[in-house]
Amino acid sequence: MTTPGRLPDPYGQGQSANLADILERVLDKGVVIAGDIRINLLDIELLTIKLRLVVASVDKAKEMGIDWWESDPALSSRARQDELTRENAALRERLRELDPGRVPREAP
Amino acid sequence: MTALRYVYAVCRPFDTPLQAQLTGVSGDPPRLLAHGDLVAVVSRVPEADFNEEALHDHLEDLDWLTGTARAHQQVVDALTAVTTPLPLRLATVFRDDSGVRLMLEERAEAFGCTLDRLDGRVEWGMKVYVEGPEQAAEPARPEPKPASGRDYLRQRRRQSRADDDLWSRAEEFATDLHRTLSDRADDARLHAPQNPRLSGAAGRNVLNAAYLVRRDASEEFVERVDRTKDDAPGIRVELTGPWAAYSFAGEEEKNAGEGS
Repeated sequence: MTTPGRLPDPYGQGQSANLADILERVLDKGVVIAGDIRINLLDIELLTIKLRLVVASVDKAKEMGIDWWESDPALSSRARQDELTRENAALRERLRELDPGRVPREAP
Repeated sequence: MTALRYVYAVCRPFDTPLQAQLTGVSGDPPRLLAHGDLVAVVSRVPEADFNEEALHDHLEDLDWLTGTARAHQQVVDALTAVTTPLPLRLATVFRDDSGVRLMLEERAEAFGCTLDRLDGRVEWGMKVYVEGPEQAAEPARPEPKPASGRDYLRQRRRQSRADDDLWSRAEEFATDLHRTLSDRADDARLHAPQNPRLSGAAGRNVLNAAYLVRRDASEEFVERVDRTKDDAPGIRVELTGPWAAYSFAGEEEKNAGEGS
């Protein structure tokens, strides 16, 4: 019944697999069963502070108040927009310093 | 020394032996613990390392975590070669065999349903990266030093426009590819993009997706990804797998088709 069919050769897996890919799966995916040894992965500082940032699922991380990607321009178009606005303001400011009187103040 | 039971996965009974030299998270080879029509894949781990307190401390240690995660994945990987395992979360630990049996007994129905759903399928991971704009956007000539504030502003505008183009191309490319692959998969999940600080991968990860694909459809799936790889300058596609169906092992199916 569960005889496996032929599979293509592994891609980026096995011994050389990216640690993030492995942690993402073994810590954040897979079936959760409360064993006899109860350990709450959310209590682990290393995981919450360092690894959670990298491998947390969006919903779980939001639950924990982690939403850095929403303000990371690389990951969110809204943040990219915000950054552009900030950068524009900064550039206007710089231009005003260099060339006073020629740059109108930004309309609010 | 007391030994606890570390459980890697739950499977249907299977005949093919696991590779002989396979070792589990603490060096003990994994064995099969059968109960009803289910099998738990279990190895012994020292109580001193896997009681609540020790485990808590160990998990704060990135080296320990890395070794344990890799060992866990290696066992699950070996199972994937011979059957369709239902992989469990890292560090699922019981006091003794009877605790494991009890767990199999209590969750037999749910395990059965999930195993039927996953039977004969594996997971493929696909990530889309945007190479740094400095590599991708205007590789040829470096910008001259701005002579004035206005030049500086022009340069920044030009750079920003090139970045925007790349971003919108990447978004479109990723959306198209995700749609194409979802059509060839039984199910798909979108995961949070990975941070390069841990993955060590170059560029920005803009799409991180997983696909549940039949084994006999996997070759075609992989070829489909391969064909798109050179299509888009500045954009990189990375395929990983075959994995056990980690991303599809949850019993809830609410997320099915999410993000398509």
